[in-house]
Amino acid sequence: MLIETQAQTQSPPVVRTLTYAEALREAMRQAMHSDPSVFLMGEDIGVYGGAFGVTAGLIDEFGPERVRDTPISEATIAGACAGAALTGMHPVGEIQFMDFVTLSMEQLVLQAAKVRFMFGGKASVPMVLRMPAGSGTGAAAQHSESLESLFVHIPGLKVVMPSSPYDAKGLLLSSIYDGNPVIFVEHKLLYKTSGPVPEEMYRVPLSQTNLVRQGGDLTLVATSIMVPRALEAAGVLSQEGIQVEILDPRTLSPLDDHPIIDSVIKTGRALIVHEAPQTGGFGGEVAARIAGSRAFDYLEAPVRRLAGLDIPIPYNRNLERHTVPQVEDIVAEARRLARGEY
Amino acid sequence: MTDELVEEMYILTDDRARELLDMLGKEKALQVLEAMVTIRAFEEKAEELYSLGKTHGTMHLSIGQEATALGASSAVRSGYDYLLNHHRGHGHCLAWGGEAGKMMAEFMGKETGYCRGRGGSMHIADVARNNLGANGIVAGGIPMAAGVGLSIRMRGTDQVCLVIFGDGAANTGPFHESLNMASIWNLPVIFLCENNQFAMSMPVPRAFNIERISRRASAYGIPGVTVDGNDFLAVYEVVSTAAERARAGQGPTLVESLTYRWRGHSRSDRQVYRTRQEVKEWQARDPINRFADRLQKAGLLSAELQESIRASATQGIEDALAFAEASPEPDLATILEGVYAD
Repeated sequence: MLIETQAQTQSPPVVRTLTYAEALREAMRQAMHSDPSVFLMGEDIGVYGGAFGVTAGLIDEFGPERVRDTPISEATIAGACAGAALTGMHPVGEIQFMDFVTLSMEQLVLQAAKVRFMFGGKASVPMVLRMPAGSGTGAAAQHSESLESLFVHIPGLKVVMPSSPYDAKGLLLSSIYDGNPVIFVEHKLLYKTSGPVPEEMYRVPLSQTNLVRQGGDLTLVATSIMVPRALEAAGVLSQEGIQVEILDPRTLSPLDDHPIIDSVIKTGRALIVHEAPQTGGFGGEVAARIAGSRAFDYLEAPVRRLAGLDIPIPYNRNLERHTVPQVEDIVAEARRLARGEY
Repeated sequence: MTDELVEEMYILTDDRARELLDMLGKEKALQVLEAMVTIRAFEEKAEELYSLGKTHGTMHLSIGQEATALGASSAVRSGYDYLLNHHRGHGHCLAWGGEAGKMMAEFMGKETGYCRGRGGSMHIADVARNNLGANGIVAGGIPMAAGVGLSIRMRGTDQVCLVIFGDGAANTGPFHESLNMASIWNLPVIFLCENNQFAMSMPVPRAFNIERISRRASAYGIPGVTVDGNDFLAVYEVVSTAAERARAGQGPTLVESLTYRWRGHSRSDRQVYRTRQEVKEWQARDPINRFADRLQKAGLLSAELQESIRASATQGIEDALAFAEASPEPDLATILEGVYAD
């Protein structure tokens, strides 16, 4: 069985290794260098460098006009991005924690997402709103949420979740120039992970599901941090003779589901893994698309989801870890599915 | 009214009114009158069409508020400067130079409407002329206006952004965030609070513990002024001053325009929260009659001329209706268009 990662085949021969945070920073730096209409705004993104350091140093390079610290005003950060985008700018806003985007919802859901359609296609809102999601930092219930499915439900918004440094840079550059409001969901635990990142200003296309690993026994659809966890799990399972094929949608909406359906036709088994709570989560949409497609006839087992528990993220380290899927959980669930022990 | 508050109310003297009329000139003054009469005629026709069951959904009429729309629009350069306005927005769009035919077509849900029939009465925008649209969400346009102001500043033009919202909007969180942000960044935004005395049924005295909404400006360190919103010249003068400040880099101004909504909030309103007497008192301050009186006293308007303006406006609305009625419905095959920019 061929085991090969897509990232390796896609990367040019000479590449450096950057962290996910550095890759994001490089995307912003290159976009700002090449285009004066690109600017950043958000809480503490200037001299502080952002709560997670993603924008560190950019204020020295571009100054406080283009790396703009804002008051704690999440509704107006989102709305001002939309207003600037409507009038010729390419704003990249930062919401300090994804949890806080709940304060921006009206401007995103009722304004940024709607104006183009509502005005007969005559306006566009080329903005990106970056935000770190996810648990694992001990920050408890109000600083650990994964709220991507709220936005997947809103036509007019795009939802992007990079899982590697390579994708982080390429997807952010695509998002900045996409012409639509993009909710760009980063994962806090991925910021320090590293991988190959070319120096040039490359773009990873939106709405293009990535085949991360090939395998014939089971299709595993994973998002964000669940992609590296799934890869690790696949290594363990491979030693047991179970070959897992991993797909990373990267753009959750609009979703490119064809590679997922094709993969399930090949493997006959599907497992969807994400950190957000299972009920109402993105996994349900993927499961429904598989079940409603021609892949249905090829299914040899029920479509399974492995997701966060339906609870707020708890503070206690063990409780927190237990709330979201870990490598061993993915191994166990995939093994059960492959062996028909569901 | 206490002395302290008198200072916050702009008083237009007769001498100054004559000066302003001289500055405007007869041609422009008569255009303003015709535009006010056109707005009234448009809305009366809209009301009639609704009663005849020829339109779909609801509408919010600004009859009695025409002087605010004209005063504000005439004080900026419509088509070059930017406008964001609220759900009771027919008058603002017409005052901005909008075409009654495209508005009527939009009102009737036709493909030739400003928004291809996707927006309707509450969301009319004329993006090509920098009218960034009426908003169905109270205060919804205010954060975007801050972003438009930021965009103007970053692009280095001498444009200004006029954002019109109601008294109800001044009690929302985004109002606070956006006025603060516009103030700290010295943005070229005119915040025009069109106080028509009611947030649906909630009267201003019950929703505010201050006599003048413009007083809130002091909390943001910006000028605030209240003006008689039924006096075209007074609104024109005050908004002109605000626009000059904005263009001169002196930042935003909060203008409160005191006016009155003659009709109910929307079609379902039985108006049990106010007396007929109160409505009559305000109708005696009809902004159209008041401006016509001024023009007559200045020798600029004869009874014959007034009648011909009225006839011309009425004919304009009949032509608009004929255009709208003859226009095609949107093609169902185009239903998905305009959600995303390509």
